[in-house]
Amino acid sequence: MSDAAAAANTAEGKQSATVAPELMSWDTRTRRVVTIYVPLACFVFILLFPFYWMTITAFKPNHELYNLRDYNPLWISSPTLDHIHHLLFNTAYPSWLMTTMGIAVGSTFLSLFAATLAAYAIQRLRFKGSQYVGLAIYLAYLVPPSILFIPLALMVFKLGLFDSPFALILTYPTFLIPFCTWLLIGYFKSIPYELEECALIDGATRLQILTKITLPLATPGLISAGIFSFTLSWNEFIYALAFISSSEKKTVPVAILTELVTGDVYQWGALMAGSLLGSLPVAIFYSFFVDYYVSSLTGAVKE
Amino acid sequence: MDATTSAIAWTKQRPQPSALVRLFDWKPFLIFACMLPAVGLLMVFLTYPLGLGIWLAFTDATIGRDGKWIGLENFIWLAEDPIFWSSVFYSVFYTAVATVGKFGLGLWLALLLNNHIPFKSIVRAIVLLPWIVPTVLSAIAFWWIYDAQFSVISWFVVDVLGLRDRYFDFLGSAWPARWSLIAANIWRGIPFVAITLLAGLQTISPSLYEAALLDGSTGWQRFRYITFPLLLPILAIVMTFSIIFTFTDFQLVYAITRGGPVNSTHLMATLAFQRGIPGGQLAEGAAIAVAMIPFLVFATLFSYFALARRKWQQGESND
Repeated sequence: MSDAAAAANTAEGKQSATVAPELMSWDTRTRRVVTIYVPLACFVFILLFPFYWMTITAFKPNHELYNLRDYNPLWISSPTLDHIHHLLFNTAYPSWLMTTMGIAVGSTFLSLFAATLAAYAIQRLRFKGSQYVGLAIYLAYLVPPSILFIPLALMVFKLGLFDSPFALILTYPTFLIPFCTWLLIGYFKSIPYELEECALIDGATRLQILTKITLPLATPGLISAGIFSFTLSWNEFIYALAFISSSEKKTVPVAILTELVTGDVYQWGALMAGSLLGSLPVAIFYSFFVDYYVSSLTGAVKE
Repeated sequence: MDATTSAIAWTKQRPQPSALVRLFDWKPFLIFACMLPAVGLLMVFLTYPLGLGIWLAFTDATIGRDGKWIGLENFIWLAEDPIFWSSVFYSVFYTAVATVGKFGLGLWLALLLNNHIPFKSIVRAIVLLPWIVPTVLSAIAFWWIYDAQFSVISWFVVDVLGLRDRYFDFLGSAWPARWSLIAANIWRGIPFVAITLLAGLQTISPSLYEAALLDGSTGWQRFRYITFPLLLPILAIVMTFSIIFTFTDFQLVYAITRGGPVNSTHLMATLAFQRGIPGGQLAEGAAIAVAMIPFLVFATLFSYFALARRKWQQGESND
């Protein structure tokens, strides 16, 4: 081996060592491609394909949609906005969007308010048995909505809330509060207790401490809890299906499934356009806060 | 006393806090006030309905009529109902297969993402997307992918590859429909498992791998004796969650097949809904929902203790 080749070899070795410390010398490039990039590409392809298919169907004219022989189904020859137009002007889609948004925002604020106070009391006021209360709230998260919806439907009916958005705003916190409380307890734990002691010495009341010291410091935690609550209430299905019956008060997921599926002929273009538009708000919201999202998801699990 | 009076002489008079402020500064009251919204909401809309649901299961309530206590009659009736037993079987089967699939593929994806790859954060954001999007909406996309006439999978296999001469009938008969639903559930579950396990992987110290490399370990040995044992605690938590929410899944099945064809894909939750809300037999629906509870308790205890005990064992030798 010539000196130059050897020098190049060592240079390459050094470079890979600086770029990726865990890259071992026998981990050749081809091996890496086969064991890492190819499977990863397959995963990304499979995880994204339904969204691609949804998008492409939403913009495809019907004659292309139902003719797989003459047109390549993976591409659109003449994109159209017909389905979206139909959705926005011939159905109650805009009002479904507004209802869903209102319910998601309402239940998010209600749960954030309740969860912040509860997490503060459990983590900071530290009363006797506070850890058991925390455990009970955590266990409440493990009670799935599928068990609760029948008795809740009865209660909602008796309370006269049937077919009203308040039925959803009041019941969504049952799965939002446990999650938010859990997340915020973890967050409050990370704020040094000394700050509150200083404020106490300076004569602040407990409520002043909460509003002027703890909450501003816990803003990232509040944001993550808010994003999670919003997403979860936007995605909720079973309560919305059971408690709402009139067409214009339905939430987007329920309305698409029950109002757009008419008769035996499915309007696939409109269904996909509806699914796409219904997914967009959450996806956009998510893309802004993706780091908060990932860190709080993983942080909450690590707790 | 002297000190305070002289202090008042030269500082601004501190206003005496009002009774309300003093009340909120009294710790027992403050704790009560802080816990009230959360505990109140959970009591009224979670604990009470849970009890009400169990009570309903022993009555003959229908929509619009309060039930009378009828003992175990609902359960005896269900025990003779083949559709109920088929839903029990499918719920268990669906949970078992989907959990194995989700965790196998999710762990693999987490290990892939734990490598040094370009655009890591973008890839991670993309991977989480199926979990963010409302389940029903992605389920509708799957419904379209599984369409009997215009399925893109059929098109690919038949018209592009030429492996078959007939289109797949994904949702037309019992077993293909069951497997199709499980595939959709795995697709939706992978991201959550992968991202949470990735967080667990990142807490494992690289020095352990270095030591193992120096000892001449193979890749499999490193996975088996370092990665896997250290990942078990987080795996136990994620698995408990995953099992509970897969077993009580409702949206995916309701959106794609609504329990059909011929009731073969009913999960217990969809059957409870069908009998209870559109069918009006609240008591029967509640009985099916209550029948899920023993399975959930068993699954939780199993996954928690089976995995947590090993955590304790390895914790002794490592910490």
